[in-house]
Amino acid sequence: MTGIVLWYLNRATGITSLVLMTLTVVLGTLVRRHGRIPGLPRFAVQGLHRNVGLLSALLLITHVGTAIVDSYVDIGVSSTFVPFVAGYRPFAVGLGTLAVDLLLLVLVTSLLRNHLPLRRWKAVHLTSYLLWPLAFVHGITAGTDLGGGWLLWLVLGCAVAATWASLAALATRRNTPPPGERAAAALTATSDALATGTPVGVFRNG
Amino acid sequence: MTAMTAPSRTRGLLDGPGPSFGEHLAAHGPLPVVDPHTLVEEAGLLGRGGAGFPTAAKLRSVATAAAASRRAPVVVANGSEGEPAAAKDATLLVLAPHLVFDGLALVAGSLGATTAYLAADPALLPALSAHLADRRDPVGVRLHPVAQAFLSGEESALCAALDGRPALPRTKFPPVRERGVDGRPTLVLNVETLARLALIARGDDLAAASMLVTRRMEIGGTPWVDVVDVPLGTRVGDVLRLDEAQAVLIGGYAGTWVEAGRAAHLRLDRESLAPAGAALGAGVLAALPSDRCGLAETARVVGYLAGESAGQCGPCLNGLPRIAAALDLLARPGPAPSGLLRDVQRWSGLLPGRGACSHPDATVRLVASSLRVFSDELARHRAGRCHGRYGHPFLPVPRSPR
Amino acid sequence: MTRLTVDPIACTGHGLCAELLPEGITLDEWGYPLLARGELPRNLVRTARKVAAACPTRALRLRDDG
Repeated sequence: MTGIVLWYLNRATGITSLVLMTLTVVLGTLVRRHGRIPGLPRFAVQGLHRNVGLLSALLLITHVGTAIVDSYVDIGVSSTFVPFVAGYRPFAVGLGTLAVDLLLLVLVTSLLRNHLPLRRWKAVHLTSYLLWPLAFVHGITAGTDLGGGWLLWLVLGCAVAATWASLAALATRRNTPPPGERAAAALTATSDALATGTPVGVFRNG
Repeated sequence: MTAMTAPSRTRGLLDGPGPSFGEHLAAHGPLPVVDPHTLVEEAGLLGRGGAGFPTAAKLRSVATAAAASRRAPVVVANGSEGEPAAAKDATLLVLAPHLVFDGLALVAGSLGATTAYLAADPALLPALSAHLADRRDPVGVRLHPVAQAFLSGEESALCAALDGRPALPRTKFPPVRERGVDGRPTLVLNVETLARLALIARGDDLAAASMLVTRRMEIGGTPWVDVVDVPLGTRVGDVLRLDEAQAVLIGGYAGTWVEAGRAAHLRLDRESLAPAGAALGAGVLAALPSDRCGLAETARVVGYLAGESAGQCGPCLNGLPRIAAALDLLARPGPAPSGLLRDVQRWSGLLPGRGACSHPDATVRLVASSLRVFSDELARHRAGRCHGRYGHPFLPVPRSPR
Repeated sequence: MTRLTVDPIACTGHGLCAELLPEGITLDEWGYPLLARGELPRNLVRTARKVAAACPTRALRLRDDG
């Protein structure tokens, strides 16, 4: 395979992977917020989150593989898992390596979800919020420059989407009172709603 | 020291001369070295914490779990008394604490427990600490203050609190008898159960055949609250003054209402109470005076119970506030929104068995009994009238928030 | 006897289970699951296992107490 094909393949899978990872994060936070995609059943949101995540991981195999095979850049097999040992742009590539390490953890724990204590799975899964920025910074520093065209807008769009999704999830977490406060809040909300004639909403227990 | 000290006559739980260790020994004699398992089984002792579970079965299951897990079990004397209408546990801990400590020592010894707790109202702990100082139990009892919350005495919530976690009920898989405090098999017994066990160990066969009742009445308009030791099977009418009462709350806030006329003839045992939809529960018998509005009293209690939900389970968190708000409306004279009763029934049907504890189940039973017993009042309210002439509340409801 | 159970504390009413196993689970008016009573029919056990695996909070479990 010629160097230029490898380079294009590496760039293409990298960009697509970032887009899919962004979509995975957005879908994941949507599940967390009990969100729906109009026209789709609830299980579709979760199903898409899993499948898009898996797809992005698969694409990463090609992305990492082409980088190793391409003799133009000094990135060896060890760089797949060991950060900052590459010859080519070690720091930038290293960030990508860290992202791959985290992704592998998230992936494995998710596949083995039913055999792990829930708290452990959750703790690892939350590192996705670290994983994405690592992948993002890797993307904009390890590759050649973004130029001023569609690629820049795409990458910016991913950043906006991931940031918005993360903030939305954080807001949901903040707006859920701890168990001890929920009953009193529900009582107040119910009597307020009855007094004003508005429908009583659903009170979430988590 | 003799192996068995039989008292010359049955001594009620609260009949002792005084709470000190010396007075306790003088009244009851030393604690015999006995194995409580068989004694409790023969006596047929049932738990006095509200559920009425056979104590022998509980002891056995913790012993089994301890053997299986090979971890030393924990024993807990539950004096939390989250029930605002009840005062029996507090009274017992003030008047006869050493009977409770004796019972705790017995079960600790028989199970090979290495840790023992007594959980109670913080106000009682200084005196209890002083009483403990007079004892030389093999397993030292750790005193634990409980917050005044309705669910603070729920077994799994109590075990969580003893572990330093929030006092919220946990799912029953696994139950606390297998994994409780510190992940160890845990025996939780009400303080009255333990006190009765201490009497049974001394040869008092009748100790299992009576119960502490918290009586709440009004006599000539004056409130009367006391705790009495009553033989099981006694007629409710012989325990309470019912001539000025319209209904009796049997059990506590997790109990049910029964019309006064019917209640008078009910006996304090499972066989007599069950057909009336009642149970001994926490041993509260409250005679609602005729000049009160039963719906308003119930609405206040249910508002309290809804606020005491742990807020962990969706059905309870959603159902109880709605039911409480509906009862509030039904408790006022004047027409209520149409379909409100139907809504209450529908919500009530969605709660039993769908929570981590039985709080919603009990609340729903209380509500259903109130709508049945006070159906005349419901009709009066619909017509814009209310029977209640006295604004002063009868049932005690603590002020929120916790 | 294989039964479906819900851990009511873990369950936050996502509602996937009712979509994936309507023969065994419906949702109440607040979005929380109502499980059909009794034993799970044998032909539904395999699906039920997958549905339990799909629960976002792992509140739905299959219990074997036969």
